[in-house]
Amino acid sequence: MANMCPYGRFTHAVVRGVPDTFGGAAGDGRENEGAAVDLAKARRQFGCLAGALRQKVGLQLIEIPPDPELPESWRIEDVAIVQGDTALITRPFRQQRRSEAEAVRRVMSELGLTVVEMEGERGDSGGATLEGSDVLFTGREFFVGVSSHTNRRGAEVLADTFRDFAVSTVPVCGGARLKNVCSMGGPDTIVVSSSDGAKKTLRMMEQLTDHHYEVLSVPEEAAANCVYVRGPSKRDFLLHRPAEECPESVSAFQKLQDYTLLPTACGEASKLGASLSSLCLLINRKHSHF
Amino acid sequence: MTTESGADSEAKQPQEKKETGKGKAKAAAEPTSPKNQQEQLPAAVGHSTPVRKEQQEEDQESHRSSTSRLTKSPLRGVKKVKIMQCKVTLLDGSDFTVSVEKRATGQVFFDKVSDHLNLLEKDYFGITYRDVENQKNWLDPTKELKKQIRTGPWNFAFNVKFYPPDPSQLTEDITRYYLCLQLRDDIVSGRLPCSFATHTLLGSYTVQSELGDYDPEEMGSDYVSELRLAPNQTKELEEKVMELHKTYKGMTPAEAEMHFLENAKKLSMYGVDLHHAKDSESVEIMLGVCASGLLIYRDRLRINRFAWPKILKISYKRNNFYIKIRPGEFEQFESTIGFKLPNHRAAKRLWKVCVEHHTFFRLVSPEAPPKKFLSLGSKFRYSGRTQAQTRRASAQIARPAPFFKRSSSKRYNMSLSLDGAPIMENHETPAKDGSIDGAAKVIAKEDIITTVTTERMAEEEKAEQEDVQKETPEPAPSTPLRHDTKRSPRLYTHDPLRSELSLPSSPISSNKVRRRRRESARKRASSVSPVKSGTGCRRRQARADHKAALLKEQALLLSARRQRLEQGKRHGGTLFSFSLHLPDLSSILDEDGYITFPDLSEMRLLPECAQNFLPIKSPSLIPCFLFIFFFLLSTSFSVPYALTLSFPLALCLCYLEPKAASLTASIAQSYHDHDSSEEEETDSEHTDFAFDGEMTATESEADDDSEMRTQYSFIRRVKGENVFIRHSNLMLEDTEPPPEVVKHQTNVSELKRSFLETTSGGGMLGEWEKRLSSSPLRSPRGDEAPMIEPLEPQDTKDEQPAGDETKEEVGLKGTVSTLGWVSSSQKVSADQEEKAPVATETETAPAKQMSPDGAEVAAKDMPVVHTETKTITYEAAEVDTNGDTDPGVLLSAQTITSETTSTTTTTHITKTVKGGISETRIEKRIVITGDTDIDHDEALAQAIKEAKEQHPDMSVTKVVVHKETEITPEEGED
Repeated sequence: MANMCPYGRFTHAVVRGVPDTFGGAAGDGRENEGAAVDLAKARRQFGCLAGALRQKVGLQLIEIPPDPELPESWRIEDVAIVQGDTALITRPFRQQRRSEAEAVRRVMSELGLTVVEMEGERGDSGGATLEGSDVLFTGREFFVGVSSHTNRRGAEVLADTFRDFAVSTVPVCGGARLKNVCSMGGPDTIVVSSSDGAKKTLRMMEQLTDHHYEVLSVPEEAAANCVYVRGPSKRDFLLHRPAEECPESVSAFQKLQDYTLLPTACGEASKLGASLSSLCLLINRKHSHF
Repeated sequence: MTTESGADSEAKQPQEKKETGKGKAKAAAEPTSPKNQQEQLPAAVGHSTPVRKEQQEEDQESHRSSTSRLTKSPLRGVKKVKIMQCKVTLLDGSDFTVSVEKRATGQVFFDKVSDHLNLLEKDYFGITYRDVENQKNWLDPTKELKKQIRTGPWNFAFNVKFYPPDPSQLTEDITRYYLCLQLRDDIVSGRLPCSFATHTLLGSYTVQSELGDYDPEEMGSDYVSELRLAPNQTKELEEKVMELHKTYKGMTPAEAEMHFLENAKKLSMYGVDLHHAKDSESVEIMLGVCASGLLIYRDRLRINRFAWPKILKISYKRNNFYIKIRPGEFEQFESTIGFKLPNHRAAKRLWKVCVEHHTFFRLVSPEAPPKKFLSLGSKFRYSGRTQAQTRRASAQIARPAPFFKRSSSKRYNMSLSLDGAPIMENHETPAKDGSIDGAAKVIAKEDIITTVTTERMAEEEKAEQEDVQKETPEPAPSTPLRHDTKRSPRLYTHDPLRSELSLPSSPISSNKVRRRRRESARKRASSVSPVKSGTGCRRRQARADHKAALLKEQALLLSARRQRLEQGKRHGGTLFSFSLHLPDLSSILDEDGYITFPDLSEMRLLPECAQNFLPIKSPSLIPCFLFIFFFLLSTSFSVPYALTLSFPLALCLCYLEPKAASLTASIAQSYHDHDSSEEEETDSEHTDFAFDGEMTATESEADDDSEMRTQYSFIRRVKGENVFIRHSNLMLEDTEPPPEVVKHQTNVSELKRSFLETTSGGGMLGEWEKRLSSSPLRSPRGDEAPMIEPLEPQDTKDEQPAGDETKEEVGLKGTVSTLGWVSSSQKVSADQEEKAPVATETETAPAKQMSPDGAEVAAKDMPVVHTETKTITYEAAEVDTNGDTDPGVLLSAQTITSETTSTTTTTHITKTVKGGISETRIEKRIVITGDTDIDHDEALAQAIKEAKEQHPDMSVTKVVVHKETEITPEEGED
């Protein structure tokens, strides 16, 4: 994909509804022990997010209906990594989640993307695991957080798939996911939480990159995950956690010039360790070979 | 270029060797049939095929030398510049043959190729060659071709060396065109991996620039499949390419190339030169050198990156490559990261590439080879223009855009058996790489054949001739590896004999000795000597050589003793200086000027098991043994006695040798450290001091057992089986213009002085003080000393095979001389004059002023107070035959000092270039101090012997024995 345009040009967003089994989960409470989740609220928040993407940002929204058999299927980001016109269907850490890919694969094909199967690549894929929430694409390169859910083999598959780009591995500290601690806040801006672990990860990223990124540091970890889209109207949109959820970080976002800030709540999903970006897959289907 | 006479002889005797060596000879010479060529190419590149080895073993160099003699002697008679045919594979896959002088530098060659290509912005490009291991190496523009292409055929490739990060900043389209060609090759070979979409996109621009606008009538539907655009070219890809191509109507080739480059430059592996390595935990990684720094990959993943500003120092030791990292904001200390490379060569190659990339991309101007600080080891620096400079220069390009023909990339047309597997690395997959290259060459060669085969005879002749000039890719039989590094120069060789023969009338100058000398000369000249070799056995020859050398030393020793007896002064210090003359020192220096010399254990004089015993492996064992044997023999006249004693003694010596060396070196350093001479600073002090304030690149190969402190170490190469001796820590490295020589000399003398002043308890110290305090003036040129006449030049010539060396000397003048002390003394006297009236009694008998270099001008005024000084000069009759007084350009000068309790050895190596002739002189000054009754003659002989051992290809041209004897009252003054 030689269309290495600045990060943020998306035309489509793919989301998947929240199933009734939300929170009850395949993980058997590994990530949500004790946390009572409010399904209705989660659905409401999901609706807000989808609405913002469609109506405010102006993306074409594709919503895959929920599947009660797949309680975590709403975390659609994990299932595929899309860059340019290639979609890599990942191999999530948990066996139960691997069937989530089916519906996503279908959508990707319909969108005309070249679908690359991680499993297919190398037979049994040799234990490679990869989840989208550990992958930060900056428009210039990939950072893959080697975490509890993503291993080096998985990163290799990613590198093999997206050969134009440098793929760097970075450690993710504290059992989190890479995108829990950082995300793109603009074409050259990385939003990162100011926790020690996040700083360490960021330092590594800075060392590994040939490019210079602006860093927007936010005090709360949850605030570090945003969704940036440069909409069809050439405006910068940033979906971020609202003041109710991350009161101290809002001022940081306001520093961003000429942005349309879209506070989007994601409290219920974040109880399950997810965040804003987990809920959507952003795709650019406009051919631009400069 | 040197000695592999193998292919030489094969090429020369096609009739003899036709059955076995047919293909090889041709590969070495000119291709005659494409098919054959295809098969033979790897062999030619790989250079020692099993077949050859066998051949080697069975029929020896008796055959070889005779053949070379046959062909060479007529050539030698004529004073003629040797012209080499260099075949360069250009970026479009075609071959271009350039004739260059054998001794031409890489720059000359490169310029010729660039001229042919009509390329002005040539600083981004370079020439590669493949070494013995089939690895790609960059030709060093500052060095002579023949020193770099030691083996194998002179086949090169023209390549992009520094990939401009922003190709749009290139001034000329033609430059971009060549860059495109390189990138296309990088892509097709898999060195530059890209996605399907990128393959399509780049391919479509390639098609547009090469074929122009899409024309459905002319082109049909499968025109794209004629072109090779990707490692795995599928129908789908071709269709997509066509699809895109159709949209480019009206795009000019130059525009298409610009688009191509704009996309290609964004690829993450654009311009990354990959090297296989292992990290500290032996994990396989790749080191990628690029414009911005050093990238570390594991598989395809980038796991680390060190931008040039982060790197303080890069170095290598043996097969380890180190980078020293500037401390991060949270770290206190800089850290050094080490990587293991497959071998020493790989480490060095990586180091060089790093030095060059750093200089090119990071510096404004290339740093002159270090002067102010010491970086050990190699003098290698990037010498070309930096990117900043080349941009400035190309902004001045005023010519109208040159017309150039974009040759169709026919080389991709063939249904070659390219394996589609992506080749990640540039250097380390010769097989894959080679398959592509080779294929390209095959085609290219076909072209040549059509033109060349018309004159077969001429071709064969040419091949012959070429081989005469060319280093033949086959090592000598019984010392198979020896000639790889230690090369005895051939055609341009100045026969070492000349100087040997000019020793003072030796009592042993019998015919027998002469024959031996001749033999040894032949051996050194590596079977080029026209003299018929009596022995076919190299071992015996080698032994004879040593014996001859020893006899000569013996002769020296005896005459020196006679001298001494005449003078009757046994007290005091004796200063020995002697010169070695080496026609081409470079031949035993590796390409960065390190002295490499053959491992005598290679000669298999000893049983296999015994060779594992360390002292036995010492290269000096045999000479030691022989020397001691002869010495004992000469003193005791008892053969059994001499025999029984000499071997254990020799063993002891060799066992102690390295230890003593490192010990003494560290002693030497201690005084070095507080020496004020700016050039004489040590590694540890200077590693952080960098020419751009950012980084130093140093190279050291010292054994790292004691890290920085080991000075004198043996490095055994796994493959080469050569022992490298490096005086790493005290090796001074500076490349100065001629005027500086004197200055350097001053430093040497200062160093000397500081030694004198700091040595405690040494006899010399007292002497020195006395010299400073007491002051009877003496005439500076006492002529009391008996003159020792150097051997007559005629004598030398008589011994020499006719017309052989005189000519060569013109060509090559590595003079290894060991002097310096005397010449530097003039400076010393200048320094001292105010302090003390100087009394000198100097007896100089320099038969001839050796060279105008300044380095060797024997000093006449030796300031001595109350001492008697005797200077005896034995000089080889080989003065500059052309009598040129041009001091030449000093390439480098280095001084190595080592010290034991009673001796100090200062070796001063200067490399100069005079009109394209490189000359290396080694001056070794040995100061022996002490008031005990030292056997000075023995010391002298020992010193000569050592020098010869260390530089077996050099010859002693001058020996100056400078003896200062404290004059005791009883003795009075004569």
